Amino acid sequence: MKAYLILEDGTVFTGVSIGSSREVISEIVFNTSMTGYLEVLTDPSYAGQAVVMTYPLIGNYGICREDMESLKPWPDGYIVRELSRIPSNFRSEDTIQHFLEENDIPGICGIDTRALTKILREKGTMNGMITTKVYDDLSEPIARMKEYRVTGVVNATTTKEKYVLPGEGKKVALLDLGAKKNIARSLNERGCQVTVYPAHTTAEEILASNPDGIMLSNGPGDPAENVEIIQEIKKLYDSNVPIFAICLGHQLMALATGASTYKLKYGHRGGNHPVKDLETGRVYISSQNHGYAVDADTLDPKVAQQAFVNVNDGTNEGLKYVGKNIFTVQYHPEACPGPQDSSYLFDRFIKMMEVNR
Amino acid sequence: MPKNPDIKKVLVIGSGPIIIGQAAEFDYAGTQACRSLKEEGIEVVLLNSNPATIMTDKDIADRVYIEPLTTEVVEQLILKEKPDSVLPTLGGQAGLNLAMELEEAGFLKANNVRLIGTTAQTIKKAEDRLEFKETMEKIGEPVAPSKVVENIQDGIAFTNTIGYPVVLRPAYTLGGSGGGIAHNEEELVEILGNGLRLSRVGQVLVERCIAGWKEIEYEVMRDSAGNVITVCNMENIDPVGVHTGDSIVVAPSQTLGDKEYQMLRTSALNIITELGITGGCNVQYALHPTSFEYCVIEVNPRVSRSSALASKATGYPIAKVAAKIALGYTLDEIKNAVTKKTYASFEPMLDYCVVKMPRLPFDKFISAKRTLGTQMKATGEVMSICTNFEGALMKAIRSLEQHVDCLMSYDFTHLTDDQLDEMLHRVDDRRIWVIAEALRRGVSYERIHDITKIDIWFIDKLAVIVEMENALKAAGEAVKAGTPAPEALSEDLLREAKRIEFPDNVISRLTGIPQDQVKALRYERGIRAAYKMVDTCAAEFAAETPYYYSIFDGENEAAASHDRKKVLVLGSGPIRIGQGIEFDFCSVHSTWAFSREGYETIIVNNNPETVSTDFDIADKLYFEPLTPEDVESIVDVEKPDGAVVQFGGQTAIKLTEALIKMGVPILGTAAEDVDAAEDRERFDEILEKCQIPRPAGETVFTAEEAKAAAHRLGYPVLVRPSYVLGGQGMQIAINDQDIDEFIGIINQIAQEHPILVDKYIMGKELEVDAICDGQDILIPGIMEHIERTGVHSGDSISVYPAYNITEKNVETIVDYTKKLATALHVKGMINIQFIVDGDDVYIIEVNPRSSRTVPYISKVTGIPIVPLATQIICGHTIRELGYTPGLQPKADYYAIKMPVFSFEKIRGADVNLGPEMKSTGECLGIAKTFNEALYKAFQGAGIKLPKYKNMIITVRDQDKEEVIPIAKRFAALGYRIFATRGTAKALNDAGVKAIAVRKIEQESPNILDLVLGHEIDVIIDIPHQGAERSHDGFIIRRNAIETGVNVLTSLDTAGALVTSMENKAKQLTLIDIAKI
Repeated sequence: MKAYLILEDGTVFTGVSIGSSREVISEIVFNTSMTGYLEVLTDPSYAGQAVVMTYPLIGNYGICREDMESLKPWPDGYIVRELSRIPSNFRSEDTIQHFLEENDIPGICGIDTRALTKILREKGTMNGMITTKVYDDLSEPIARMKEYRVTGVVNATTTKEKYVLPGEGKKVALLDLGAKKNIARSLNERGCQVTVYPAHTTAEEILASNPDGIMLSNGPGDPAENVEIIQEIKKLYDSNVPIFAICLGHQLMALATGASTYKLKYGHRGGNHPVKDLETGRVYISSQNHGYAVDADTLDPKVAQQAFVNVNDGTNEGLKYVGKNIFTVQYHPEACPGPQDSSYLFDRFIKMMEVNR
Repeated sequence: MPKNPDIKKVLVIGSGPIIIGQAAEFDYAGTQACRSLKEEGIEVVLLNSNPATIMTDKDIADRVYIEPLTTEVVEQLILKEKPDSVLPTLGGQAGLNLAMELEEAGFLKANNVRLIGTTAQTIKKAEDRLEFKETMEKIGEPVAPSKVVENIQDGIAFTNTIGYPVVLRPAYTLGGSGGGIAHNEEELVEILGNGLRLSRVGQVLVERCIAGWKEIEYEVMRDSAGNVITVCNMENIDPVGVHTGDSIVVAPSQTLGDKEYQMLRTSALNIITELGITGGCNVQYALHPTSFEYCVIEVNPRVSRSSALASKATGYPIAKVAAKIALGYTLDEIKNAVTKKTYASFEPMLDYCVVKMPRLPFDKFISAKRTLGTQMKATGEVMSICTNFEGALMKAIRSLEQHVDCLMSYDFTHLTDDQLDEMLHRVDDRRIWVIAEALRRGVSYERIHDITKIDIWFIDKLAVIVEMENALKAAGEAVKAGTPAPEALSEDLLREAKRIEFPDNVISRLTGIPQDQVKALRYERGIRAAYKMVDTCAAEFAAETPYYYSIFDGENEAAASHDRKKVLVLGSGPIRIGQGIEFDFCSVHSTWAFSREGYETIIVNNNPETVSTDFDIADKLYFEPLTPEDVESIVDVEKPDGAVVQFGGQTAIKLTEALIKMGVPILGTAAEDVDAAEDRERFDEILEKCQIPRPAGETVFTAEEAKAAAHRLGYPVLVRPSYVLGGQGMQIAINDQDIDEFIGIINQIAQEHPILVDKYIMGKELEVDAICDGQDILIPGIMEHIERTGVHSGDSISVYPAYNITEKNVETIVDYTKKLATALHVKGMINIQFIVDGDDVYIIEVNPRSSRTVPYISKVTGIPIVPLATQIICGHTIRELGYTPGLQPKADYYAIKMPVFSFEKIRGADVNLGPEMKSTGECLGIAKTFNEALYKAFQGAGIKLPKYKNMIITVRDQDKEEVIPIAKRFAALGYRIFATRGTAKALNDAGVKAIAVRKIEQESPNILDLVLGHEIDVIIDIPHQGAERSHDGFIIRRNAIETGVNVLTSLDTAGALVTSMENKAKQLTLIDIAKI
């Protein structure tokens, strides 16, 4: 069946429908990872967005369910150049075609994803629609597209109930803002007992459990929207419990301490972004997925200082908090997908908790 | 960290002559690195014995030494030039080994020279088997368990601890001879016993067999601050067991999930970190196909063929960045030269699929075994890029220029199912064609995978291609049944066929619709090639370097520009015997010259190993097959003002006719004049008009006609196909039987052009490269071959200036050259080969294009031949450019070009020299005297004698008289001479002491035992010409080559060798050719 991707600027791509054939409007973003399509699909940070994979051959190794970063796929839509007819991997349990259908994710394949990416790069992230319907007049769907906003996505993706990953080591409270599984797993593998809290848990409840450290996870959407969570995070900041935060957690901590965030033109999504540790000068290749960034100009140097910056565009990639056991990064040390080069940050967090004792 | 200010003058060591396993990739890497160093204001001293390279140009380095790559030369050079640093990691294994020897001997330290880039300690950790194993164990990186054993008992005991199957590799045997895979104890005892016997040191490595695992490579970079990145990973379609140089390789990996990808990536970064490499490095892995188990196969602590491929596949210039790192820069300080926005500290992201295919020489060595294994056999490679795998593979196939354009090009339809099954078990260069045939017959993916171990993802992709063949055949049937062509070949079908890169001619063949109509249908439906950019970042950032590949399923990004005149430079495709790196030299220099003339330059080529396909050589680079259709698609977009074909070897010349049809003017010599030189009858007319003699000859089409012609001319005759390069298929026939055999072979290589039969004249062979502006000619110099006619010019030792001809000969040669160039209306380059017999001068061959000898003669005369020819093509004249027409004064130097062969790599190939070219590369000896130049040339070719002072002579009766003085001279040097009975008798009768040895079929010890005894320096073996080649001789020559004995099949070469040994120089004079 033919499918169309219509962008709010009026560009139309014609391809073939994959997954669900229902119509969807979403924010269109691109990811440049060459492997890890399942991790991308199941990353809650994509809630409210439709993802374009710039790598043209997707689905080659099928679906290996243990690689899922959450219980289900989150993007509103999936846009690829070519899906493999057959999956080939010893762990593959399913095809990507079936996975999309089963989860009712609409998608489109057979389009020039590079041309689409160039539009998003030049004009910035924009909204679009995946549909199998033929529109003679685009003004009506474009009007609908223009209205679309990514909202309420943290609520949609966070865990409904608190749960515990048992461990003998440090007790970590993980605030799930739409967390990828590998954050909890990375801590758990290092012996931590990880208690995962829903996003709207109060600071009091978390602190009452007397954790050795608090982990703020990644998550979707505009950080500034999470007004109530930010207030709770401010209390966590005041608590003196060591805190490590990733991505949305990093942004919320910055917002909680007086800095502001802004939307990047087209975001950073992929597994090749160089970040520089300003203290050591070392550069690490990182896994990234964010559309917003902390505005380094709004930092109060008495509160927070830049710890990492992006080598390509100089944007903020990490903060250290003055006089606090708090450090936060914009990128993803938990990888999945992408480079594992920054997994040492989890070790640093554990050390911080030990020293704090 | 900024540049280290102590580094001011750097010695760069190149890789020497092109041999199998060490090809043009090092010219590419070396050239890029030298340019990168010069950019930083560093004075570059270059040493490389290979004159055909671009890196040995005075444009590339400040001081250029084309001298043998020996420790003596490097030591002397360091004393002379006093560099403060040596950069050893750009010249392949040859350069690296040399630097290591000097470091270990303490020479570098004693002379205050440091190794920059990677340290000696690191190199040792990566290269020494034991140290490497220990290092890997230390950081927990698995290597295949192995042990060196010296007897069978130990072998059995060790194998019992690691389990069957095991690979056995005898130490110090060339070409992996004596090794193999043992699946049980019986096989182990047999192979191990044999291996222990063959190994010079009586050692065999027993290793866990990982054949059949996925073979994955990572290209990694590290700077001195410890920053590490991976440039790209690559997956070999052929699993472990086939050398990666002979495998079809895809980038990035296709069948690895993120877990596997990151696991190996992390491992590669851990390894480069532990080894402490500063620069580039290649790590090869074997990955178990059904688990996460893996083994590190090998680490190359230097640039390599794979790094060249990775650079071209991603746009990331590894050698350039490695050179900057060697100077002290860190990755985040080095700009990404493609985007000019980002930095070198990122990882390229591909939004396309790259396929590399090896160019194997089995069309040259028809007697050789086609089996592929752990010994590399490919002479070169092609790369192609597409948005889908099928398309990339189809493009790679037709880039090979081996009469293949789809998966039907090797026909296995005649095989029975059982035979086909057997073929599937055979690992050779036609494997994907065999799989395609199996798929056509409905053999299951599982069955094919079980036999070949090729991942089913790739098998499915081959099936997609086979299904398209069937769909097109079905369309053809429909047309036959009366369906109109546009309906049978529907838009959807045609679009899909083009998406996966079926060329129009194949679509035409399958559907029966004429090719013109297929093309018309495409154009009507708007199905045209579009071009996408290789930008290192999957379009995330705007890139500034136009490096393009074609697709059929997307919009065009290649904006045609028309502000300047525009020239299309056609490259020379994959490196093969007969068409090597020298044509890349010519293409690149021509491109630069056009650029200086104000042209916008566009290069089309598909060879990832070369300088011409570096992203900043031309204004635009199209990485595409060199077929008429592919070139036409580019022409449609770019609309060039002209194309130049005379610098890209036969590959470019062959496109002349197609270009004219497209309406692209051929710059330089007109196409019809090019054709006149190739067309026998037209050429004969010209010769007659100019009154220039040539060996009598005729043009024929069949064996019968050939025999009749041979009788008229009288044997021996030279038989060859027209329109070929490197004398492919050329043979000297001495009787009718030979003719039958040769014509059979010629027809096998799909000959569409007529066959030439010429009288064979024995004489001196001379060669001239000249430039003609339509009025005047310029001859930089005359070259003379040491071997008499009958040995291909590319395989002959070539001497400049000619040393053994009369003034009258010279005058005649100059006169003929001028007459021919004028008669052929040459504008640009012409290459002519002559035979001199007394006062008589004959023409053998005329090529109205640049030739193999151009780089060498340019360098030794100091005349920039290619730039001059290009300027002339642009309308300048020789006089206007400041040159006096005619033969230029002789240089003060003798320059001797020595062919280098790779025979030990190609099992089953006959090594005897003849009219068909067999050498893979060349080196140069340059000196004030002939003798020193000759000595250097032999040294450069790696012939360092004497060693054991034992030699074998076996010649034909007619050569016995001539061999005596040569044998005498060897004897005078202290050589003990062994000879077959007849030869021994002749020698002894002449007073040269020779020990008679038994023939091969006689009881031991015989001549073969002598060869295998590893103590023979040289064999002079003159085989019988023609088909009457003795099988014994063949066995002896093969065994000699495989045990490292120098085999000479021409008395002229033998004479030259002994001359060089008699004149062994104590102190060589090193010549900076940048000053010539």
